[in-house]
Amino acid sequence: MVAISAKLDLILEALEQAATFDGLQVASEALRDHYDLAHVVYHWVDSAGDQFGCGTYSVEWQERYLSQNYLRTDPVISGCYQRFHPVDWKRLDWSSKAARALLLEAIEYGVGNQGFSVPIRGPNGQFALFTVNNSCSDPEWEAFAEANRRDLILIAHYFNEKALELEPGRTPEAAQALSPREVDAMTLIAIGYNRAQVADTLSISEHTLRVYIESARFKLGALNTTHAVARALSRGLIIV
Amino acid sequence: MLRYIYGDELKDYPKLGQSMFRDRAAQFKDRLKWDVTVDADGFEKDEYDALNPLYVIWELPDGSHGGSMRFLPTTGRTMVNEHFGDLLEGPIRSPLIWECTRFCLNKDASAQAAAALMLGGGEIMRGFGVAHFAGVFDARMVRIYRMTGASPEILGSSGAGTAQISVGLWSFDGASQARLAARSGISPRQSEQWFQQRFGVPLAMKTAISA
Repeated sequence: MVAISAKLDLILEALEQAATFDGLQVASEALRDHYDLAHVVYHWVDSAGDQFGCGTYSVEWQERYLSQNYLRTDPVISGCYQRFHPVDWKRLDWSSKAARALLLEAIEYGVGNQGFSVPIRGPNGQFALFTVNNSCSDPEWEAFAEANRRDLILIAHYFNEKALELEPGRTPEAAQALSPREVDAMTLIAIGYNRAQVADTLSISEHTLRVYIESARFKLGALNTTHAVARALSRGLIIV
Repeated sequence: MLRYIYGDELKDYPKLGQSMFRDRAAQFKDRLKWDVTVDADGFEKDEYDALNPLYVIWELPDGSHGGSMRFLPTTGRTMVNEHFGDLLEGPIRSPLIWECTRFCLNKDASAQAAAALMLGGGEIMRGFGVAHFAGVFDARMVRIYRMTGASPEILGSSGAGTAQISVGLWSFDGASQARLAARSGISPRQSEQWFQQRFGVPLAMKTAISA
């Protein structure tokens, strides 16, 4: 388990360090291999309507999708646009003839029958969609999605943070600052306190502590607390 | 019944939406004397309603509002971070933490409405992988939450009396669901069906139905 999460951490570490959009492509391929999926795709539309995408769909499928303007009939798009809740594809409405035809054609082009998509609302009307996709049975997919859902939601946002950072003409924002409480919590964890001891020292409940850790983890671009602490240390945000 | 409606979908439920914004005016402006804006239509709306939030609304049999609350992810603009950052010792940011604000009950609302809304919060957590809610509550709501047996943990408060505004954290587990179900007379199955009515039936059940 430790080895598995360490590999994910490395993928996210590389994504974090990426200086070009190619880094997003590399990360999507690495995630596909790590999770043993058919596809990992990240796609965004900015406020001016310009599109950008990366991921593992074949070039043929991307071209076909664009040339047929499937954005307009794709239930994944209509189910996610303007929303912020993650969506399992099988929960969407595929009852229209156009939607069923789209899915059948997608499968011909190597897209899996199962998908999980995370919509992201960025600043100034930016909208992005992160999707993992596979060919497998319903029980297999449900088990995968249930086990990895929260990680996938976080990863989706880390893709978007990087894409926003790389957007041409964008003035880089200061890295998300940890709040004083988050600094306290991460510092105590870094010096080896367990959660009960941290909560006790900060005179907060363990539930409140979990919220601060969750928030710090996101700001640090990490999936787990160990990785978050390592990043906080390496960035000099906490000192022990 | 419990409905899950994004802001841009409220136009499809005119009676429900309008009575919600009027009940919010009655609760926050008239009763609690909060510093909120009520427009010419009598609607209490703020800048966060313009961000296309997700509303969970208890709909009465006649199609009007019985109670509601409003959700936004803390990755974007939120009231808890922009107005209560000091109480929260934040800002708090994560796609796994959503804010819950404008918890409102119609003045004739039953205890069932409050419990049903809490059940709806639980569906959101389980259905979307949300780990925590950070909420803004008035003093009365804190009492109601306690009665439902799913009380938020208050981090801080400002103001006094009816005008007191508290910020707190709220989580939800199986035990809370069982307590709320018992209290509200709404079965977990019913609560789940209302959620599925908006967000779709999960795989396993579709498979069972088609098999």
